[in-house]
Amino acid sequence: MFKSISSRRDFIKKMAKLSAITAAVSMFPGILFADEQEAGLPEGNFDWKKGPCRFCGVGCGILVGVDNGKAVAVKGDPNSSVNKGLLCVKGYHQTMCVQSSDRLTHALVKKNGSYVKTPLNEALDIVANKMKETIAQHGKDSVAMYTSGQSTIPEGYVASKLMKGAIGTNNLDCNARLCMASAVAGFLTTFGADEPMGCYEDIDHADYFITWGNNMAEMHPVLFSRMLEQKNKRGAKIIDFATRTSRSSTASNKSILFEPQTDLAVANAICYEIINNGWMNRKFVEDHINFSKGLTKMGYGTEDNYKFKDKPTKINFEDYKNFLEDYTPEKVSKYSKVSVKDIKYLAAIYGDPNKKVVSYWCMGMNQHTRGTWINNLVYNIHLLTGKISQPGNGPFSLTGQPSACGTAREVGTFTHKLPKGVVMNEKHRKLAAKIWKVPYERIPAKPTYHATEMFRAVDRGDIKFIWTQVTNPLVSLPKTSRYRPGMEKDSCFVVVSDVFPTPTSDVADVILPASWHIEKSGIYGNSERRTQHWDKMVEGPGETTPDAWMTIEVAKRMGYGELFPYSEENHVEEIYEEYTQFHEGAKHGMAPLEVLKKESGAIWPYVNGKSTQWRFNSKYDPACDNDKDFHFYGKPDGKAVIWQRPYEPAAESPDSEYPFWLNTGRVIEHWHTGSMTRRIPVLHKAMPNAYVEFHPEDATSLGIRDGENVKVSSRRGHCILPASINKRGLPTKGQVFVPFFDENMLINDVTLDAFCPISKEPDYKKCAVKVEKA
Amino acid sequence: MPIKSYLAHPEEGKKEELIKAISQIKQCEVIPAENKNVLVVITETEDETQEIILTKKLESIQSLKLLALVSGFNSPKNN
Repeated sequence: MFKSISSRRDFIKKMAKLSAITAAVSMFPGILFADEQEAGLPEGNFDWKKGPCRFCGVGCGILVGVDNGKAVAVKGDPNSSVNKGLLCVKGYHQTMCVQSSDRLTHALVKKNGSYVKTPLNEALDIVANKMKETIAQHGKDSVAMYTSGQSTIPEGYVASKLMKGAIGTNNLDCNARLCMASAVAGFLTTFGADEPMGCYEDIDHADYFITWGNNMAEMHPVLFSRMLEQKNKRGAKIIDFATRTSRSSTASNKSILFEPQTDLAVANAICYEIINNGWMNRKFVEDHINFSKGLTKMGYGTEDNYKFKDKPTKINFEDYKNFLEDYTPEKVSKYSKVSVKDIKYLAAIYGDPNKKVVSYWCMGMNQHTRGTWINNLVYNIHLLTGKISQPGNGPFSLTGQPSACGTAREVGTFTHKLPKGVVMNEKHRKLAAKIWKVPYERIPAKPTYHATEMFRAVDRGDIKFIWTQVTNPLVSLPKTSRYRPGMEKDSCFVVVSDVFPTPTSDVADVILPASWHIEKSGIYGNSERRTQHWDKMVEGPGETTPDAWMTIEVAKRMGYGELFPYSEENHVEEIYEEYTQFHEGAKHGMAPLEVLKKESGAIWPYVNGKSTQWRFNSKYDPACDNDKDFHFYGKPDGKAVIWQRPYEPAAESPDSEYPFWLNTGRVIEHWHTGSMTRRIPVLHKAMPNAYVEFHPEDATSLGIRDGENVKVSSRRGHCILPASINKRGLPTKGQVFVPFFDENMLINDVTLDAFCPISKEPDYKKCAVKVEKA
Repeated sequence: MPIKSYLAHPEEGKKEELIKAISQIKQCEVIPAENKNVLVVITETEDETQEIILTKKLESIQSLKLLALVSGFNSPKNN
């Protein structure tokens, strides 16, 4: 097709302009460039194909410009109600990583200590034979799969079917355990049903956005831009409640800082204020709420084979009110370092019946040794005031990965999960067995290893074969100083399926070359329950193959062919048709594939051709059938639960030997462990390496200057990084912050593998370290 | 024919001076932020040598505090 040079150059120029404007928007939330932001991009002569973004859980719609079989441009999908044409700096540049020179294009098999390029069929034979041989010698619980919240729905589904339905082991878990297991446990304990009840349209209605330990300006920039638009347009207010001053704090109306772990106490103090000032919505509480308490002093899971099971006990409102006496603003202020005035200010916002409030959170609340509790406590605030399941009112747990909801949570790639329900429930096992056409006795009723315990089992030698897909655990797990040597042991055969080499593929016995996002068809599910489909857009290089198809090929080689009767060309569609049988009905019905192909996603429950935007509210949700205004139908009696959960300290706190808190997290330029974004030149140049942020007064007292190398050590290990003072973020005094994207500066060698005993999600935000000049 | 985009950060109080200085360079297009102390600069040059010369010229502007590259595209003349 003819393309004029002038129009192509004009297009490229516009792309360059847009990249710079996007970078500026990321760096200066609220920045305005007059008409330039509105102008967008010309159509060009490209074939624009729709899909969801590869990166975070927001699930922005993208349009990928394909020219001569190559992805040459990305723009926001103006038809997507998620992002309305806007993207962040990672989104615009995402396809650039596929051209990386070190792309894994063929299978590699380790022979005599070196990797040998091997035909894919041969490599898959080795994987299947090794898996069969290991099961024959050591039993089915000696093999494991560890997948991802970036796996597509079909990829997660066939992994679950292979492990639980075909082999008959629950040794399947995923990296979403590291990011939102506490959100799941919070939803299930409070509502009996997972995932947020609201949707992103809440942003257009709320008067207040309260972010709990959530740097949305960097982690969910498109949603944050939507919030800023409402701030500028309608005067909506953003309150940032966090342990570190970030770009979100500076763009908010108010920043309130708290001492790590004391969010538990502040949430209870807010509830104390709501009740004692008469701001409770009595009618809502009487009609829709039960009160419960659970076990306390649960421990932190730092020891191998740690077990915990909560024992819920019903309590009444008076019991709960008495419990809150320990959480007056005056008492809580003393250890949370939040002023009494600010606690009362937060409570007054939630308590004002004329103000609509949305609470947002992500890793700050989820990666927490009491992650389930703090999720429960924020729900308590919304339930006491009845500010839930209505446009502009609700608690909203955000996810970090593009299909943490769609795949990890809905397909259920956790040890305890099935595509519908849990392995412990006989009815759920029977449904899975029926759809999978396997004897139901084959699906074990007992969960086995959650992520942290799975890698401990590898280290102990209990797991002798592990296959990781779409994830990089040797950068992302806590306490990698233990799990890297564990994975290097000869006792475990390691298969890594990935797009690029990573520190995890460095320890593999077999490396499988995976197709990247747009090189395959797929389906993701985002944070607002939106399911999004895309068609393959470009051919992948060499023998790259979709993970779902590699799993199916291994299953066939292991003798399970009749359970995986899918065709290579249409396996995504065929698997989705089978999978949606699990969710039939008004409570979780999924949109048909033809709808997903046509539209920029649909929100489940998809009932009578319509997305359900606000669950549990009878005005919007056809599944409500209790003849009341709200119906929390996840619980047998239709009532949500307000939980009595106390403040308990972190697993490890600063002391005289290790006097600083270590907080870890992400930066806007990089996606998680950086395996993709560090291969995108623009992003890599913008943020080439990790760093350790100091409060300037701490840096002065330690004699540390900006840029100087600093050794950060804990009881587990150490990491050397340049100091960052007064740059991107500002930790409170006594705290340091390190981003975890840099495989050359592995901060997770330093972190602690303590986790929430209920959700089993590790706490990456709190451990004790010392810092010294390197 | 390289096309590049930059974020140009002016010295304190010298935003207008910087806009004026960059606007006078014919290979540059400048888009100032309306409410923040930063400018987007798009450059378009004939080849890499011209690009290096232009970058040096930009960096020598007194009112410029920092020039940060955001993206670079190379569009061959005969493409």
